[in-house]
Amino acid sequence: MCLAIPVQVIELLGESTAIVDLDGIRKEISLALVDDVQVGDYVILHVGYALSKLDPAEAARTLALFAALPAGHAAQVS
Amino acid sequence: MKYIDEFRDGALARNLAASIAAEASPARGYNLMEFCGGHTHAISRYGIGDLLPAPVRMIHGPGCPVCVLPIGRIDLAIGLALEQHAILCTYGDCLRVPASNNLSLLKAKARGGDVRMIYSPADALKIALANPDREVVFFAIGFETTTPPTALVVMEAARLNLAHFSVLCNHVLTPAAITNILESPEVRQLGTLPLDGFIGPAHVSTIIGSQPYEFFAEEYRKPVVIAGFEPLDVMQAILMLVRQINDGRAEVENEFTRAVTREGNLKAQALVSEVFELRRSFEWRGLGQVPYSALRIREGFATFDAERRFRLETRSVADNKACECGAILRGVKHPRDCKVFGTVCTPENPIGSCMVSSEGACAAHYSYGRFKDAAIVAEPAAAASANL
Repeated sequence: MCLAIPVQVIELLGESTAIVDLDGIRKEISLALVDDVQVGDYVILHVGYALSKLDPAEAARTLALFAALPAGHAAQVS
Repeated sequence: MKYIDEFRDGALARNLAASIAAEASPARGYNLMEFCGGHTHAISRYGIGDLLPAPVRMIHGPGCPVCVLPIGRIDLAIGLALEQHAILCTYGDCLRVPASNNLSLLKAKARGGDVRMIYSPADALKIALANPDREVVFFAIGFETTTPPTALVVMEAARLNLAHFSVLCNHVLTPAAITNILESPEVRQLGTLPLDGFIGPAHVSTIIGSQPYEFFAEEYRKPVVIAGFEPLDVMQAILMLVRQINDGRAEVENEFTRAVTREGNLKAQALVSEVFELRRSFEWRGLGQVPYSALRIREGFATFDAERRFRLETRSVADNKACECGAILRGVKHPRDCKVFGTVCTPENPIGSCMVSSEGACAAHYSYGRFKDAAIVAEPAAAASANL
């Protein structure tokens, strides 16, 4: 029910509508719940409405956490 | 796809699994509740349970709006379609939820009710504009994620003065449900449901932020880690919870920083409070009456409130006796403990609500997990080759 997906904004239509792209599928969505969205931004899309913008720097930081070595791993190697 | 594929990487998942296994102490248990159905679905679909060491146990929570919707509310929607002859619009998830008299909204449609499945609440408004001579009701369900779009639709209906459009509001609140579980006798007195921490909702938290969970960390000493719905997000959150428990910390941590802030979406929160107010109490399937756990439409938008418009009264209807959805939603039982699971109750013919939505604990276990429970019987080689 809370299913929502990251999509990229590719065109702004007026103040609170945009066209987004999801792997080649284009769809018109509402931006009425978010501010300052630019073309190229990724937003989380839920039932036709963008809920929030995705922060690329924070995403990169989280991905780096996943790659951290398990505790004790370095000690075993040395 | 960006922000999806990189959060499903198998090698990184194995790396995280190794970290969890290295840090989880075999001397103690880590009983972690994932509140959201979205997490339940991810854990089942990606086999995360199989990657966890023995001390770490995942417990499914009640965060699936379709699952917690009581029969009495669906009866109201069916009544609007069959008796008031309204056009009843709702999300696809709601259509197959079993209601009274062996009915569901889908069966009501088969009996001639004008029930329409929509993707967005904006579609309900379009249907209202196209049918000016019919009553059009949007049966709105969902947690905080889904409430702001409903608020926008009510405001738009008011702007357009759509007198024949109304909303039957069933929006519910996450923090109230978590409190209810923490206050339940199973957790507080009986100790039959050990709970050491929570994985907090992903998309609900984009709206409400991480701040509302701080109460659970402070008052109940339970760590909370807000996590995205991709498998690596869930595993990272489990690792963060294991670390908090090992350190004796109870804090709110945010794994989903790419979309969730402490404050949440203030614009959406303002819209929701303009249109909705707290209900004194609301019935949840499994949890019963939960105080201040749901929203209703404010007096100022009363003409768009289907409950006022059609003078609806919700009756409390008992679940099917054989169904264990109530205990499963409280985290006390597992789908495999239910006698009708996978036999009488299947996604094609659900008896209980947890088998309906793909994020329900029973539907997730039926689709991805149940084969593990089945005993493997090796056929003798001769018999196997004879069958060829």
